[in-house]
Amino acid sequence: MASGATSDTAGPRAGPTRPAGRGGWSLRAAGLLGSVLLTFFGLLAITFVIGRVVPIDPVLAIVGDRALPAVYARVRQELALDEPLYVQFWIYLSKVLQGDFGTSVITSRPVLEDILRFFPATIELATLATIIGVAVGVPMGVIGATQHGRWPDHLIRVVGLIGYSVPIFWLGLVGLLLFYAKLDWVGGPGRLDVYYEDIVEPVTRLLLIDAALAGEWDVFANAFSHILLPASILGYFSLAYISRMTRSFMLEQLRQEYVTTARAKGLSEARVVWRHALGNVMVPLVTVIALSYASLLEGAVLTETVFAWPGLGRYITDSLFNVDMNAVLGGTIMVGSVFIGLNLLSDMLYRILDPRAR
Amino acid sequence: MRRLSFWIGAAAFALAAATPFWLSSGPARAETPKDTLVIAKQIDDIITLDPAEVFEFTGGEVIANVYDRVFTFEAEDTATLVPGVAESYTVSDDGKTLTIKIRPGQKFHSGNPVTAEDVAFSLQRVIILDKTPAFIFSQLGWTKDNVKDLVKATDESTVTLTITEDFGPSFVLNTLSAGVGSVVDKKTVLEHEKDGDLGYEWMKANSAGSGPFVLKSWKANESVTLEANPDYRHGAPKVKRVVLRHVPEASAQRLQLEKGDIDIARNLTADQIQGISGNPDIKVEPFPKADLYYLGLNQKNEALSKPQVRQAIRLLVDYQGMADTFLKGRFQVHQSFWPAGFYASLTDTPYKLDIDKAKALLAEAGYPDGFSVKLDSSNVTPYTDIAQSVQETFGKAGIKVEIVPGEQKQVITKYRARNHEIVLLYWSPDYMDPHSNADSFARNPDNSDEAKSKPLAWRNAWDIPEITKETDAAARERDPDKRKGMYLDLQKKLQEDGPFVIMFQSTELVARRGNVSGFVSGPTYDTVYYRLVEKS
Repeated sequence: MASGATSDTAGPRAGPTRPAGRGGWSLRAAGLLGSVLLTFFGLLAITFVIGRVVPIDPVLAIVGDRALPAVYARVRQELALDEPLYVQFWIYLSKVLQGDFGTSVITSRPVLEDILRFFPATIELATLATIIGVAVGVPMGVIGATQHGRWPDHLIRVVGLIGYSVPIFWLGLVGLLLFYAKLDWVGGPGRLDVYYEDIVEPVTRLLLIDAALAGEWDVFANAFSHILLPASILGYFSLAYISRMTRSFMLEQLRQEYVTTARAKGLSEARVVWRHALGNVMVPLVTVIALSYASLLEGAVLTETVFAWPGLGRYITDSLFNVDMNAVLGGTIMVGSVFIGLNLLSDMLYRILDPRAR
Repeated sequence: MRRLSFWIGAAAFALAAATPFWLSSGPARAETPKDTLVIAKQIDDIITLDPAEVFEFTGGEVIANVYDRVFTFEAEDTATLVPGVAESYTVSDDGKTLTIKIRPGQKFHSGNPVTAEDVAFSLQRVIILDKTPAFIFSQLGWTKDNVKDLVKATDESTVTLTITEDFGPSFVLNTLSAGVGSVVDKKTVLEHEKDGDLGYEWMKANSAGSGPFVLKSWKANESVTLEANPDYRHGAPKVKRVVLRHVPEASAQRLQLEKGDIDIARNLTADQIQGISGNPDIKVEPFPKADLYYLGLNQKNEALSKPQVRQAIRLLVDYQGMADTFLKGRFQVHQSFWPAGFYASLTDTPYKLDIDKAKALLAEAGYPDGFSVKLDSSNVTPYTDIAQSVQETFGKAGIKVEIVPGEQKQVITKYRARNHEIVLLYWSPDYMDPHSNADSFARNPDNSDEAKSKPLAWRNAWDIPEITKETDAAARERDPDKRKGMYLDLQKKLQEDGPFVIMFQSTELVARRGNVSGFVSGPTYDTVYYRLVEKS
């Protein structure tokens, strides 16, 4: 869960579901629904238990350290903390099933409203970061593979290694110092300068899109100057992962016989590499990209902290430190949905990209 | 030829990748608007902006600028209590009833006049809602059942307050200057009432005050925006708008201040203050605070319950060494439970690092080779640095300290359960009367594990029936000079033998742009004022 900003969190993934036989469609859908529900249940149960074993008194977050005993006792009762754990969990679950995610302690607002406010900031950042990561990472991986063992390959591996091993917190601060404070190329922490705040009516809450919809290009430019640095830094991290995976997929493809055949037929190297080999790599690559995107969508706590970015990662982390369980569980459901959704999406893309899977 | 086409393909990808950088808007505007004050601060502690519930640092600061209080400390003089919404008051002969006259001609942000009825409603509302800070009033004897009889508007401009407990009038006035003494616009609040909640849900994120600023918006974890109230009783504030922006990372605050994207940075560390001291565009201003940093010694621990051990520990803290090095400018040595700079504070600092004497005392107590002890401490600066210093100096007398770092709330949870051995924490008064601190440091009416109230004395299992009586007597005393003597005496007793090693009083260092003046940060978290701020 929301554990940091490395795109490295993408773990191994089960293979794509094989197409079932004829008439298996409804069965498959039911199976899918079942496994999704089970996943959510498991996620919530585990998060709930973790929240209750954290050695922090949840009542403290609400009433503070100096409330009168009666106030303390009342809030404790309101939270149902005296009930057994499974009863507390049941109370929560039955509310969620009615669409009530409760109210967050730290923002005093309904959790759903909070998520609808914080998540778009994260989506905006993660999407731009992934675009950068793919646009740079994929060609880097391809070049690395075709130049295998030569200096461009070494250079690309070093760049990737740095992306992997440098703490993002530090990289963020150095980035700010250089590009914001010294060179003045980008905007500072936050999503907008004070000048531009509250000009654009929130529609999608994705600032770039809202500004473009409203035709406020000044606001758009300012928002872009603010998002560029954090997105590039996150993009660098996903790039490190994506380029390495691309490189190894490509190396494998370039050893295949069809590549030799294509070359023997006299196809240009560009066509061989960029079209045939890369085309075949696209299938596993989509999964890699989807998972790297998903790990950014759960929020990059450290980046969000350095860049004062009001995103989901910080919301969940702050909530956890305050044992604000409604917010933590709401965030968990959100992150879970993102992972499940992207997994399904990459399965679908898989079918489109790989003719054998149709 | 093959190679060329390969590189063209690669270049095409790279160009696509670099597109975002071409779109970059170039330099951002590196200054803040003239009529707007932009403050960078960690504001994620706000959980509500209802004055009947606010008990957090930033929330307290915001309501201090949005609401006017019955009695108050003004920005021009944060040490003197003066009437705010009130104009004058008289005390009955038995000292139990205060008759307060309301200043005429005041208006709420809504345009409604400020009346005695609003004052009575505001105070009653605190007791009826019964949120955390309600104890400030309930100690006067007000309850849900009697508050409407004890707090009453007798005409348009007169309110009478009657207390049933034994407190002097100056104490009552001090409680009316706390956040709960904020006067809310009864009509506006009740317009937003839902299911008899006295506007509680609405007031969390909206305002109905008569203070110098109007709350425009609170975006949790993002920003708070205030707008000037031109009808404020002291006249319109000099800036039109104040924006508090949540910038969690101190280094980012520093960069923004240097660039001029913000006017004031509130959370810079000592290192960062040092780093910007050479910048001619930035000024650093110190504001003394009433916060105390102390060690709590749990008396359930056998070694710590010995008077000689407590005495030895007092001699094993390098107070001055810390204040001169990593705490420089931010902390002053202070060794009694009521902070310096206020009525009845004891400013003696009799203890300094003396390892030989401490060793002798430990030997006398039966610990010639010291002992092992755990120290719970918050895992952020300055706690971590203080804990390490303490660990080192304790070690010199053979006391082996194991530091247990944790989230602040985790440390407090353990402390409230009396499961600590030594704890390192801070304390700040709830209102500027010595009873606010005496009530916690020097009062423990029930030391049993089942006790309902958990003052600091209880948390350290310090059973003190005699001192508790003295504290109660001091709160009741009506002669200010005699009362002062009683508090000095209590502070001395705790300094000599209490389970607290009070070490420091803090100073807030506020870094601001050179063209910004008039920012005032008083001794408590809710005496921070924006209304005098000017930008040239």
